[in-house]
Amino acid sequence: MTTIDTTKPTPGAETPPVDNYLTHSSGIMSWLGTLDHKRIGVMYLVSILTAFFLGGMFAMLVRLELMFPGEQILSQDQYNMAFTLHGVIMVFLVIIPSVPASLGNFVLPIMLGAKDVAFPRLNLFSYYLWVTGAVLAVSTVFFGGVDTGWTLYVPYSTTGTEMNGILLLTFAVFVLGFSSIFTGINFIVTIHRLRPPGMTWFRMPLFLWAIYATGILQVMATPVIGITVALLAVERLFGIGIFDPALGGDPVLFQHFFWFYSHPAVYIMILPGMGIISELISVHSHKHIFGYKFIAFSSVAIAIFSFIVWGHHMFLSGQSPLMNVVFSAITFSVAIPSAVKVFNWLATLYKGSISFNTPMLYALSFLVLFTISGLTGLHLGTLATDIHLHDTYFVVAHFHYTMMGGALIAMIGGIHHWWPKITGRMYSEFLGRTACGLIFVGFNLTFFTQFMLGSKGMPRRYHDYDGPNWTPEATELFGTYHFWSSIGSFVMAAGFFLIAFYLLHSLFRGKKAPANPWGGRSLEWQCASPPPHDNFSEPPHVGDPYDFTVLEWDEQEQGYHWRHDLKHEPGEA
Amino acid sequence: MTTTASTTHDHPDFLAHHWDTPKQQFEAGKLGMWLFLATEVLLFGGLFVGYAVWRGNHPELFKFGSQYLDTTMGAINTVVLILSSLTMAWAVTCAQRGNRKGLIIGLLLTLAGAGGFLGIKYVEYSHKFNEGWFPGAYFYDKPSDRSRTWDDNLPVPGAGQLVVPVPDTEARSIEELGLPADILVEISTVVPPGQGPSGLEELALTDTVHTDDHAEHEMHALQREDRPANAHMFFNIYFMMTGLHGLHVLGGVGVMIWLLIGAVKGRFNEKYFTPVDLGGLYWHIVDLIWIFLFPLFYLI
Ligand code: HEM
Ligand SMILES: [Cu+2]
Repeated sequence: MTTIDTTKPTPGAETPPVDNYLTHSSGIMSWLGTLDHKRIGVMYLVSILTAFFLGGMFAMLVRLELMFPGEQILSQDQYNMAFTLHGVIMVFLVIIPSVPASLGNFVLPIMLGAKDVAFPRLNLFSYYLWVTGAVLAVSTVFFGGVDTGWTLYVPYSTTGTEMNGILLLTFAVFVLGFSSIFTGINFIVTIHRLRPPGMTWFRMPLFLWAIYATGILQVMATPVIGITVALLAVERLFGIGIFDPALGGDPVLFQHFFWFYSHPAVYIMILPGMGIISELISVHSHKHIFGYKFIAFSSVAIAIFSFIVWGHHMFLSGQSPLMNVVFSAITFSVAIPSAVKVFNWLATLYKGSISFNTPMLYALSFLVLFTISGLTGLHLGTLATDIHLHDTYFVVAHFHYTMMGGALIAMIGGIHHWWPKITGRMYSEFLGRTACGLIFVGFNLTFFTQFMLGSKGMPRRYHDYDGPNWTPEATELFGTYHFWSSIGSFVMAAGFFLIAFYLLHSLFRGKKAPANPWGGRSLEWQCASPPPHDNFSEPPHVGDPYDFTVLEWDEQEQGYHWRHDLKHEPGEA
Repeated sequence: MTTTASTTHDHPDFLAHHWDTPKQQFEAGKLGMWLFLATEVLLFGGLFVGYAVWRGNHPELFKFGSQYLDTTMGAINTVVLILSSLTMAWAVTCAQRGNRKGLIIGLLLTLAGAGGFLGIKYVEYSHKFNEGWFPGAYFYDKPSDRSRTWDDNLPVPGAGQLVVPVPDTEARSIEELGLPADILVEISTVVPPGQGPSGLEELALTDTVHTDDHAEHEMHALQREDRPANAHMFFNIYFMMTGLHGLHVLGGVGVMIWLLIGAVKGRFNEKYFTPVDLGGLYWHIVDLIWIFLFPLFYLI
């Protein structure tokens, strides 16, 4: 992008070139061995959604089991394995890689104005690491299963009988960790070194800031989970006793190691989602983002803060009271940058001309759900209340509001936002909005009831709530909540199947997508849909990514393009 | 990413299509490598933290265990590694100047250093294995059998061990709270590490065994009565840290062989030496980690 050619017709206005990244070459090998970030992104997207489907199936098993008191469809052991695998798949295979690896891979270089990520080979390698990790993790089912929960706490993971399962899983987590690290390194370097002239740090869309902050977390936190699971494997294999008090070791050390990674990991999950939301809210309300720098720097602030709050998972694990107080106080402070973002998004919406199309509906759902999740996080970060709520369904509800209501909803919103760009097709708006409604209602029915369950004292990870250890009143009360929670999960599942249906349908029957269907200003909307192999057939206009005044609606094209009276942007070379 | 760029500047073979200039590509590679090294430091960081925690809780184990490490061998290894870093740096300089012969010799010398290091480690390890100083449950006198239950006198109480009766004060304070009698209160029987007894002074290290003594003597010492409980903990962390480091040296050997093949084939010149440069960075970090490990285990 060294020169801006202003004599040529503006990008976006031209008819899409026949050759795009999908048609550039063909055959299965042209995909499996591709170095094109767009194809790798698409492969990630397909793989991650497949894993999501699998994890969802395990969730359905769990919900069916808990729907009524008494044993339903799973034995106690099977139940433990079902929730463990659900958690492992959703956390390590789906949400951690989700946005950066799939959508990030696809749009990051284009948004930046680059031809590819810095290290295309490393990118492909990290995809195959993901595949290896996924196969290993899922194959534990055939080797006795794992029943420790996704947290792999000792001594469950060191003394149970499911030897092979644990070993496979530790290996899987290790490999997946490196997949994540390599993605992080790749994106950080890309953002540092491949910004073309004119693309300054503050002209980057906020999505890139979020991905950048995520990259820092991926690089700085993930090695610790690597060494943790390696120690776990060695402990398991050779009984060296690092985490075993009988041999002089310390089980709480495992929890420290685990959360030192896993708390930053929750921000690996949510930050890219927040990045997406910044794009969606601004583009679909056709208004300049409010407080660009605040949002950008709050991403970095969150990344830094998130390293020093891990102890809030261990208030009841025998930490000293002083540590508890310190961790509690720092935990509160993390809420500040998160709230900064929420208020900036609200201010962006204020007086915007909001289009309530599918991506925007997801963004609004995110605002509601993420606010609930953050506020309940504060209940958990408060020492006095956490003693009551720890290890109950309240925690389960809290992290589902963050991970699913936050990270995943943002990702689905992002998929809808960039679907026309990725596939070149439009989906049915009507079905899109319906599915979003189903998911929103189903989600709240599923998980809000769990807040109530938890505050009434229902512990998490229990197979049953019936029998001599439970009062009849508790069984009845919990039964009602669990029943409605399960109903909600069915509604959600219906929503997801609907999405799968209309998105697949759009691939074959959907209308052709214009280059810029929503009126986005960032660079990816200036190349054709789907983008050509080298991303831009001509250099794009770099400028303020949220200045929508330079665009106008073209009725005939059903999309936006550069205003005809503007040859080039003021201030541009 | 200019479309005209590829026609205007020359685009050498080694320059991937998405870069404008070799300098840009080189700098990106370097930044990527530094980030990777940061992850390496953090990977070891977990173990260093573990070392600090165990040393803090069980100082006597470290004092006791480190007698059985051979300081001479450790020191030789340190020198070998530092020298190999020197030859690596020399190889990198040669690559930057396009001196192919120097590069090949530098790499060969570095490889020799890596091999020497691993050889000495092999001698050290096999000695310990012969004596039965394995980590953890396989330590020669098997402190624990996996099938045992909690009742069988476990954990082994030892200096710094966290099994101490509940202090009276705690029990009284529960009463003072005036809780109704039918409420069950669980009190932790574990006191914070800082309050556990520390056995360092009582530990009789009078007949300190020096590493230049005979092997039989050493083994004898490890079996003696005043051996602190859980003496194997020292060997746990020793094997974990030096083992992980050894794996990294092994990885370095792989990298060096790959660079050597490239050098022999003449892939590198003064315009393109990125892989040698990055391989050198990696080798230096492997060295650096050893420079921390050596004093932590052998000297203090
Ligand atoms: C305002 C921000 C947040 C605060 C103050 C907060 C606070 C907490 C606290 C104190 C706990 C521990 C509860 C307990 O175990 O007793 C917790 C659990 C958890 N949080 Fe958050 N949180 C916040 C945001 C997030 C986000 C954004 C995510 C993920 C995207 C997340 C994911 C989780 C998960 C997964 C757990 C439970 C892990 C487990 O035990 O399995 N949290 N949170
Ligand atoms: Cu946390």
